[in-house]
Amino acid sequence: MKTSVQEIKDLTIGFQSQKGEQISILKNISTTINKGETVGIVGESGSGKSTLALAMMGYVKHGLFTISGQCMFHSNNLLEMKNKELETIRGRKIAMIPQNAGQSLTPNLKIGYQIDEALKLHTDLKKEDRDKKISELLNKVRLPSPDTMAQRYPHELSGGQQQRVAVAMALAGSPELLLLDEPTTGLDVTTQAHVLELLNFIAKDTDTSMVYVSHDLGAIAQVSDRVIVMYSGEIVLDGPVRSILKNPIHPYTYGLLKSIPKLTLPGLPNSMSGSQPQPGSIKSGCSFYERCEFSDDNCKIKTPTLEYINDLNTYVRCFKHKELTNQNDLNSQTVKSIENKILKNEILDLSNVSISYAKQKFLEQLFNKIEDNNPTVKDIDININKGETLALVGESGSGKSTILKSIAGLLKTKDGIIKFEKDKVLSNDLKERDNSYLRAIQLIFQNPDESLNPNHTVEEIISQPLRLYFGLKGQELKNKIIEVLDKVRLGEFYLTRYPRQLSGGEKQRVAVARAFAAKPDIILCDEVTSALDVSVQAAVLNLLQELKEDFGTTYVFVSHDLAVVRAISDRVAVLYQGRLCEIGPSKNVYKFPSHPYTEVLLGAVLEPDPDIKPKLVAEDIVEEKPPENGCSFQGRCPRILGDICKNEVPPWQTSESGNLIRCHIKIDDLKNQQSLN
Amino acid sequence: MFFLVIKRILLGLITLFIVSLITFVGVEILPGDACTTYLEREAYGAALEACYERLGLNVPAYERYISWAAGVLQGDFGYSLSGDMKINDVLGPRVKNSMVLASASILIGIPIALLLGIITALWRDKMPDIIISTIAIFSMTIPEFVSATLLILIVAIWLEWLPGIVIVPTGVSVYELLPNIILPVIAISMIMTAHMARMVRSSVIQVMASDYVQMAILKGVPYWKMVFKHVLPNALLPAINVVALTIAWLLGGVVVTEVVFNYPGLGRLVIESISNRDLPVVQALAIILASIYVSINLIADLMTLMLNPRLKSLQIKK
Repeated sequence: MKTSVQEIKDLTIGFQSQKGEQISILKNISTTINKGETVGIVGESGSGKSTLALAMMGYVKHGLFTISGQCMFHSNNLLEMKNKELETIRGRKIAMIPQNAGQSLTPNLKIGYQIDEALKLHTDLKKEDRDKKISELLNKVRLPSPDTMAQRYPHELSGGQQQRVAVAMALAGSPELLLLDEPTTGLDVTTQAHVLELLNFIAKDTDTSMVYVSHDLGAIAQVSDRVIVMYSGEIVLDGPVRSILKNPIHPYTYGLLKSIPKLTLPGLPNSMSGSQPQPGSIKSGCSFYERCEFSDDNCKIKTPTLEYINDLNTYVRCFKHKELTNQNDLNSQTVKSIENKILKNEILDLSNVSISYAKQKFLEQLFNKIEDNNPTVKDIDININKGETLALVGESGSGKSTILKSIAGLLKTKDGIIKFEKDKVLSNDLKERDNSYLRAIQLIFQNPDESLNPNHTVEEIISQPLRLYFGLKGQELKNKIIEVLDKVRLGEFYLTRYPRQLSGGEKQRVAVARAFAAKPDIILCDEVTSALDVSVQAAVLNLLQELKEDFGTTYVFVSHDLAVVRAISDRVAVLYQGRLCEIGPSKNVYKFPSHPYTEVLLGAVLEPDPDIKPKLVAEDIVEEKPPENGCSFQGRCPRILGDICKNEVPPWQTSESGNLIRCHIKIDDLKNQQSLN
Repeated sequence: MFFLVIKRILLGLITLFIVSLITFVGVEILPGDACTTYLEREAYGAALEACYERLGLNVPAYERYISWAAGVLQGDFGYSLSGDMKINDVLGPRVKNSMVLASASILIGIPIALLLGIITALWRDKMPDIIISTIAIFSMTIPEFVSATLLILIVAIWLEWLPGIVIVPTGVSVYELLPNIILPVIAISMIMTAHMARMVRSSVIQVMASDYVQMAILKGVPYWKMVFKHVLPNALLPAINVVALTIAWLLGGVVVTEVVFNYPGLGRLVIESISNRDLPVVQALAIILASIYVSINLIADLMTLMLNPRLKSLQIKK
């Protein structure tokens, strides 16, 4: 018989609304975490998954309170414990690894001290033993030179390193239960894969139970034995990882899995309509009713309960789960393939572009010159045809957003020329650019919360490009705004809304509408779906594709998510440290990745399938600056040849499939060695 | 780090230079000059010439500026008009008296402000916070000349506990001065303390809501240890600059309060010399007040640099 570590019984947590109503964020949650088990809790933002994880430590955020239920940890209810008692459990018996390690490490304390603090509180070790233990822990989480590391402040480490420190700190008290709240969100793909691998190792090595909270089904698939799916504060599905991800019998999970773009499937994923209901808005019936494709009238009136399905060893909250049991088309071609009409004429041409963030010295400012031999972005040669979608991919620091900013004119280039429609040179200075060029190139930003003015209504936001570029006024302007809103499937009724009254997906639609209002030729998309939930992401991707087909717009699409890029792009350019590594048609790059870096990147992608493991080929070292000479990837390349890579900039080679690759390894060798992996 | 300190000091000196230029030019372009304002109706003929001669006003302006500036650099502000005294002798005791007043206010005000700020933040929205915050907002809104007058009315006139106005001569010792400064100190520090306490409160609340404090709680760090190790160092850092600004602002408050209490400090001297049209003294006071302002801000900047590990290592890297 398995021994349980924590038992949650009928837990309801909520807050008091301004009208005095009790509104619950978690509704009647019951589940058990067993010893040595890793449980993944998955859900979109607002599903209550973080609140649940915190409750498992007996912590309820300011403003929330426990309405009913218990969190039993070895027959003690954590939610009724005094702070003094909790202090002996937190960190010692149950430890937390937070979402954003960068913000969760106290900035004024050295990391050695912060780990030592946990050791002092939770062990009886003496000073020398503690020091030894600190190095041991830092070693265990695979941080280089543990002794000097302990002397550093949190801000002196990279994101991946900070996350490892957080893991080391959590392990300091050798807890029985580890809670991980989105521990890899915000890390680069390769770093993420490495951290997950480390967590898997620790789970096996120490037999610790883990609760892994994430919105990312890919990460969940890699670490969990069991998965709990949450929707609107309820558990809707709870069962073994394979049954949940391969045979999801709840419509929400089914829809969620279908809305994730996958590396193996080209084309756009299906989107799920609507968004999660506001807490307290559902009074009766199934909370997923509005968005469900399988629902009938019964679902609206009767509230489903959690039902145990013996065959699958799974709990499900749905009347219709039988209909889903035999739906086995998760990996079949229901995705919409994209077909762009690409014209032969070039619309944007970047030749030899270099961009430097180096601060100009006084003299250089006088002569208006930038002296920097090792600029952030160097030698970018890309041309884009009308109607094409070109994606720029790479990890953080690869210069992809920097290039977009330069095209938009927000950042001056150091060298090189950016041409629009073959012969029109775009000025380096935004003020010197003609209004018609400004109109022709529009930008959509990552985070609509920051790119939409919170004090403007949707009408004012969209009217700006229309007034600026077309001089529209009065009724004509209003009609046009409604027309544009219609295009992004937002009705007239949104006109008077402020951004804060919209959901994440709606906000990004407004941002898309604002870009399209200018009737642009090129739209620069900077991580436009990164801040969105998966189901919303699919909807925005589909919308972008439809608009493109209607207007023949050209997209330059920047993303760190290789699966999203796979779904939407015609051509991919892979960047490392501001230098191009490989460029070619998406289908070729994804099928035959030739450049070692492309291989590393693709290997680290997490698929929402527990049987597809990421391949970790290179160390996840973080390089602060691009190397001065030779190949940009020399520091991390698993297939480095030697001095030639360090001294000479690699030449461009063309592969059979038409990819351009910048590497010293001969094309044929690149391919041969690859098949060995 | 070293270069940054040098840079800050240089910037401060440039600021002072500009202030000196502005006050000098300001005095220059006023209609009339030191002699005509001083001599008034006798400002003609030999008397005026003699005055010009005595004050050195018969040379071009830039030469006067240079010799004046050179004097100031050596700590010599020249002569006052009204008393024919060396300005240094006039200033000396006044500076001392004002320093006593200001430092007493700071020494009492800052610790109280920190304490109140931290208490109100930690007991946020509970009784201690509600009471203290209400009083703080109240005392922030009353200008010091009103609170000073009220203090005189209540403490000195109705209760007869302390002297209402200061009637000691300018040159008395600090010890003799002390009983006289109680009321002025209360009047000055009331607003300053309230301002600072509010700042500290919001800064502590912000840090208490941060991820790293939540992390410390979840790590099992006892409450007060968390407050002292994880919260306060990070909360008080941004408060340093605000404290500096408040102290600098206190200079203005000192002027008003000194006049109300008839306190023989710099503030009263400012008012006196302006009404006496004693332009050399006004000029000297402008420079002195500006240098206090600049140096307080400089100290605050340097303290922030020293205490913030983020900034410290940033500078080392460069």
